[in-house]
Amino acid sequence: MIQIEKLRKVYRGRGREVTAVDGVDLTVAEGEVFGVLGRSGAGKSTLLRCVNLLERPDEGRVVIGGRDLLALRGGELRRARQGIGMIHQHFGLLGSRTVAGNVAFPLEVMGVPRAERAKRVAELLELVGLTEHAGAYPARISGGQKQRVGIARALAGRPRVLLSDEATSSLDPETTASILALLRDLNRRLGLTVLLITHEMDVVKRICDSAAVMRDGRFTESGPVPELLARPGSELARGLFPLPPAEPRDGSTLIEVTFTGGATGEPFVSALARKYSVDVNILGGAVETVGGERVGRLQLELPGDPPQNAAQLAFLRESGLAVEIKNPDREDAR
Amino acid sequence: MSWDEVMPLLWPATRETLYMTGVATLFTAVLGLLLGVLLVITERGGLLPAPPVNKGLGVVVNIGRSLPFLILMVAIIPFTRVVVGTSIGNAAAIVPLTVGAIPFYARLVEIALREVDPGVLAAADAMGATRREIVGKVMLREARPGLVSGLTVTVIALIGYTAMAGTVGGGGLGNLAVVYGYERFETKVMVATVALLIVLVLLIQAAGDLVARRLTHR
Repeated sequence: MIQIEKLRKVYRGRGREVTAVDGVDLTVAEGEVFGVLGRSGAGKSTLLRCVNLLERPDEGRVVIGGRDLLALRGGELRRARQGIGMIHQHFGLLGSRTVAGNVAFPLEVMGVPRAERAKRVAELLELVGLTEHAGAYPARISGGQKQRVGIARALAGRPRVLLSDEATSSLDPETTASILALLRDLNRRLGLTVLLITHEMDVVKRICDSAAVMRDGRFTESGPVPELLARPGSELARGLFPLPPAEPRDGSTLIEVTFTGGATGEPFVSALARKYSVDVNILGGAVETVGGERVGRLQLELPGDPPQNAAQLAFLRESGLAVEIKNPDREDAR
Repeated sequence: MSWDEVMPLLWPATRETLYMTGVATLFTAVLGLLLGVLLVITERGGLLPAPPVNKGLGVVVNIGRSLPFLILMVAIIPFTRVVVGTSIGNAAAIVPLTVGAIPFYARLVEIALREVDPGVLAAADAMGATRREIVGKVMLREARPGLVSGLTVTVIALIGYTAMAGTVGGGGLGNLAVVYGYERFETKVMVATVALLIVLVLLIQAAGDLVARRLTHR
């Protein structure tokens, strides 16, 4: 549904050049929720703004629903944008219009006749649960309600794609949860494809099917969330399951094990201990529900150097676990 | 002079002041708004970027604002003659009043428009709104309270400027105060005109505040 190829965006000014997006490839399948995770300054906001051409990329391709956006000009581009909803961190609501007036705005832009507009606005407000606030001004409603208005407005033109620019970053945790639940619900009910950017791990955990980690204008990792979590060395896994810093002691092997889906049910620690008669020391661990699946990471210490634990490590890997050896890299540790 | 003699002088003078201020305000509101919008949209990164135009307009506005009104009034006499056919009287005073107030209001418009949340403009852009819609339905509409407050300040400044209309043969309260109050030492006239001017300014400010408040939805 969204296809981005080799996207590059450079900001130039006063002899300085800042490459905000440095060759990003990204594909979001229809009906998928894709999250781009990164700190501020990573270039994720620029990336998102390049998707509906609020910023014009210097290089690359942006194809949405089979249409090459960079080939469009003027009115064509405006019409294409009407089919791409966008929600914003600071909501971007018109303070001079009521809730209903804000939702009606994109319909006016699209040239929808007045009577039809009123009907559609009522539908949209119902969809986001704001019917009773139709006549209120944005300054009078809460942050969560403002974002619901933003969502209703973004959906006015029945878009198939929704772009979310840190939509929950200025909301408290509970409100964030309710907005994310709403987005997930809309994604399922309307088959909406969602591309979101965020700096909150929690957002990825709660609603993303796929995710990418962005740093210095590039994706350092990208793929379906369960796959990323199972990938050794994954930043996403580390971020979602922070484990205490630990130094391997001499004569022991320090490993981090990530288990997803089916492997969660297996009592692999005790199986390992029994099968090889080793004392397994659990140093730390975390279990979370990601995309409806139980996922966890454990930090374990096994007696003996890594080479001595070859069989044990193989056993764990065969059980469907991602195993990462934290001992310093030596050729024998590989 | 007795109060009975002062009173009949006040009403025509007040009417003249209101006439000059009113007409000048009308033209200033329209042209100042236009110039203010141009100042904002033509800047680099604006809706209709044209940096040379922006720079040119900025220079014109600054020149207009740096000329003392008294000098401006005399300096543009030829232009006034072209516009209203004469360089003497109330109508002739309206031309320099307008010319002087346009750059003043344009700057206030510019400030008000810059106050509009850029996020709202970006949101409208993302919705596929045209530039005209972004200016009309978002920028100007969101800035309405600021535009009204700016116009209030401008109207009050215009009333001040009208005091100098006498220089080109115009009338008004200012002229009355100079001719009777100052040149003929008629303290009563001076007191009466000053009192009237104060009341006028207070009323205009109150009306402006009321409208601005009505347009603010906080």
